[in-house]
Amino acid sequence: MIYSASLNSNSYSFFEKLKAVDYFLIIIVAIIGSISIFSIYSTESGNFSFYTKNHLTRFLVFFSMFLVLSFVRVSVWYRQAYIFYVLGILLLLLVIFFGISASGSKRWINFFIMNLQPSELMKIAIIVCFARYYHRIQSSDIQSYKYLLQPLILLLIPCYLVITQPDLGTAILIAGSGLAIIWLAGLNLKYFIYSGLILLVSLPFVISILKPYQKSRILTFFNPDRDPLGAGYQIIQSKIAIGSGGLLGKGFLQGTQSYLEFLPEKHTDFIFTLFSEEFGFLGSMVLILLYALLIYRIIRIGSSSRSFFAKLYCFGFASALFLYIFVNIAMVVGLLPIVGAPLPIMSYGGSSMLSIMLGLSIVMSCKIYSQDPIGN
Amino acid sequence: MIKKTGNLNKNKIISRRLFVLVVAKIGLLGIITSRLYNLQISQKQKYEVLSDKNRIREWKTPPQRGIITDYFNNIIADNQRVYQVHLSLEEVTNFNNSIFKLKNIISLQEDEIKKIYERKEKSKPWDTLIISENLSWKEFSKLNLYLHELEGAKPVLSTSRYYPYSNDLVHVVGYVGDATTQDIQNKKKVEENFVPGLKVGKIGIENSKDTELIGSHGTKRYEVNASGKKISEISYNKETKGENLRTTIDLEIQQLAQELLKDQAGSICVMDIYTGEVITMASSPTYDPNKFTHGISTNDWNKIKNNRLRPLLNKSVAGLYSPGSTLKPLVALAALEYGIIDTKFKVNCKGHDHPYELYGERYHCWKKNGHGLMSMRNAIKQSCDIYFYEVARLLGVDKLSLITKRYGLGSKVLEDFFSEEKKGIVPSTKWKKQVLEQSWYLGETVITGIGQGYIQTTPLQLCLMTAQLANGGYKIKPNLIYDKEIDLDIIKSKIESEKNKSVSQNILKDQEFKYYERLYRNPNNLKLVLDAMYGSTNEQFGTSFRSRHKEDKYKFAGKTGTSQVKRITDKDRELDLDLEEIEYKSRDHALFIAFAPYDKPRYSLSVLIEHGGSGSKAAAPLANKLIKKILDRHELREKIRKDLKNIA
Repeated sequence: MIYSASLNSNSYSFFEKLKAVDYFLIIIVAIIGSISIFSIYSTESGNFSFYTKNHLTRFLVFFSMFLVLSFVRVSVWYRQAYIFYVLGILLLLLVIFFGISASGSKRWINFFIMNLQPSELMKIAIIVCFARYYHRIQSSDIQSYKYLLQPLILLLIPCYLVITQPDLGTAILIAGSGLAIIWLAGLNLKYFIYSGLILLVSLPFVISILKPYQKSRILTFFNPDRDPLGAGYQIIQSKIAIGSGGLLGKGFLQGTQSYLEFLPEKHTDFIFTLFSEEFGFLGSMVLILLYALLIYRIIRIGSSSRSFFAKLYCFGFASALFLYIFVNIAMVVGLLPIVGAPLPIMSYGGSSMLSIMLGLSIVMSCKIYSQDPIGN
Repeated sequence: MIKKTGNLNKNKIISRRLFVLVVAKIGLLGIITSRLYNLQISQKQKYEVLSDKNRIREWKTPPQRGIITDYFNNIIADNQRVYQVHLSLEEVTNFNNSIFKLKNIISLQEDEIKKIYERKEKSKPWDTLIISENLSWKEFSKLNLYLHELEGAKPVLSTSRYYPYSNDLVHVVGYVGDATTQDIQNKKKVEENFVPGLKVGKIGIENSKDTELIGSHGTKRYEVNASGKKISEISYNKETKGENLRTTIDLEIQQLAQELLKDQAGSICVMDIYTGEVITMASSPTYDPNKFTHGISTNDWNKIKNNRLRPLLNKSVAGLYSPGSTLKPLVALAALEYGIIDTKFKVNCKGHDHPYELYGERYHCWKKNGHGLMSMRNAIKQSCDIYFYEVARLLGVDKLSLITKRYGLGSKVLEDFFSEEKKGIVPSTKWKKQVLEQSWYLGETVITGIGQGYIQTTPLQLCLMTAQLANGGYKIKPNLIYDKEIDLDIIKSKIESEKNKSVSQNILKDQEFKYYERLYRNPNNLKLVLDAMYGSTNEQFGTSFRSRHKEDKYKFAGKTGTSQVKRITDKDRELDLDLEEIEYKSRDHALFIAFAPYDKPRYSLSVLIEHGGSGSKAAAPLANKLIKKILDRHELREKIRKDLKNIA
């Protein structure tokens, strides 16, 4: 009560808001965005055509959206959190009936201006939803079965819907983001250990229900030379591209692996491979450092936020972002099986860009309205 | 307050949990960093190689063969522009369809199509298949007209071997053909430079000088994309053309020789008696080597193979014949050198009624009425058999064999130059024991004395023998490829110094001679023999008197010979049939050896006509025409020799 009285939410002047904006974060996003545009440009062998144009447009549109939505009050996000979640679930259900199929999976809905991938939005929705959910719960209550089961169900529904598309990669990312918040909220360590053990025990069963192509991907991960021209092709070529980049890389537009079309999906999941081939170890380190700075900034915003919602959201989003980046890079360097996960901002793809920018705008909103107590 | 402490507690939990997450993140980032380090720094080279392997593909380009010329720089084996059609397999969607379309535009035989399919099986998807190596201009222009309908088909201008004097030189130059697995295994140079479609020498100079002629293949490196399509040329290591070769052959004399041999089976060899340069090596009949370049048709092959005059046999080096009377100068020389006879030694030839008798066997002279009392000079000149029966008996086969070998018989003339070259046989008692495991009979010595019996020689050996007699008895080095190391002036000065050298006691013992070393004991013996050969051609009753040149500058000396194909029976002798009345296969081979000009010998030659009858009638007349041509071209050849020496 004391806090809310001293700082009325309406007391923010426009000038104060502008002052509160984290410009450093915006600059990092802009830099990564520029790198991504040049990388997509390179996938088209230095032609300013389809992919580059699309990517540039999307980045500009969603980046602007990020800046504008940053000024939406964090309390609005708090209040609409469940609606956001329900909307996500509805869109996922919509995919089942009206979705567009591509290469064997049904993930998209045609929204005329773009093909929306609801599972990407769900990645943010689950974080917002869980942040709100745990915002109110006392730390002493968290361990109760009620508060254990409810979020579990909230998490399993979208995961199930996404797995059946099928899209294992996104499902893992959604699950990972959700679990990160549950972890942050303080759920007893033993539950994580137990569920980890259960997962391990049920692994053979899980593998048996996997689709043949998913199985082959996992087998290929352990031995890419098993089928060098089939399932192992992508990872072998990706490693060749990255490895041949060396310390300084082959130079901008000089990546032979991608230029000569040895790299599959170079616009999307393998964009890091292309970047790493052209800019080498140093370039890759710079990019990873930029991502690390981005995550650090988000965590800092979370730390300086007053509300649990903002804290949980920022930490959760930072963890999710880290998870996306880690899974993608680990995948293309051959540390994880190819599951299909885009690299935030870098990868070509509207829905991914939309969800990341949306997520960032909530982070910025947390920063601008950091002292907002949010209805207790 | 409870709430506040609860909130504080919650804050604490979140911070602690966040700390764990951040530590985990840093750990995971560490893993990624070390992985990238491992790929990009530690294993960089491995992946660079893999990347290059990915993107670079090599195409080998065939080298051009070296050109072969005669002594006067006339091209006798050339590279000719040919029109070809290649099929780039990566651009072909339906192979059967493409072949069907091509079949309608260019004429492709069923067996050719079969071969194309066989080759396609062995090709890689990005290879180019040669559909036709040698299109006519008409076919080629038609192909270009329909090119838009033929995906992957490429009209190509290429070069292939061409022999402008087709038949005339096939036995010298040989021919080329596709490299077989055997060729690749046997010839290192072929293996190193193998390119699909590479032609290699099969016989003749093309075969023996393949290493020089082939050259080195080029390498084109292309950047290719994932589906193997060429994107750009990275480097082109140009192929190097094979060495050009100058032979010692005189094209004009060779052509004349082939013309003289036309429609007959036989051989003509001409050699420089000092330099050992083979000026002509004609063998008849011939065949067209151009037919082999792109694979000979079964029909053409059968025609060549079934010709009873055996065109494929290079008679100059691979045909074996008894030397007949052409051996007589050597028999006389041997007897003189060993001091068995002197110039006054005479034998009476009394005709068929009184043949030479030895242990009850009777040996006849070819002349029915006999020659009468024969001295050595007359015996060579008139080719009296009885005289040489007696000389051979006195000399013994082993001494004869030794001298015969010394002057070039019984071993290969051009060493390994022609794979088909034969050594021939120079019999001796030892030889018979070793090879036939029988003892030698004196009767066999007697017939060896007139060049019949076991003795077998090639026409080129006879030519070399004549050369080494005519040059005064010096060993020379026969050769077919111009060699600047072989210098006439040096040879002549070497011979001059040999002439004045005192002869060792062992000169008549079996020994190896170096090039240009003297082979004789007493120069007068040789002079006598050569003079007798002069008589044989230029004096009445000489066996080649009718083939002589009256003009001084063309005067030559020679010796006829008749090589018996089968033993002459008493019945044959009684019948005394004309040549035309004898079955072809049973007719004698006609031989003639000669050197010219007589006063200053420079060239030797041998003529052989298979089943031509007597040497004086069938072989010697050809020498007449040849020698005129050879001597007419002497000045020109000497001029070229000087030019070549100056260049060197």
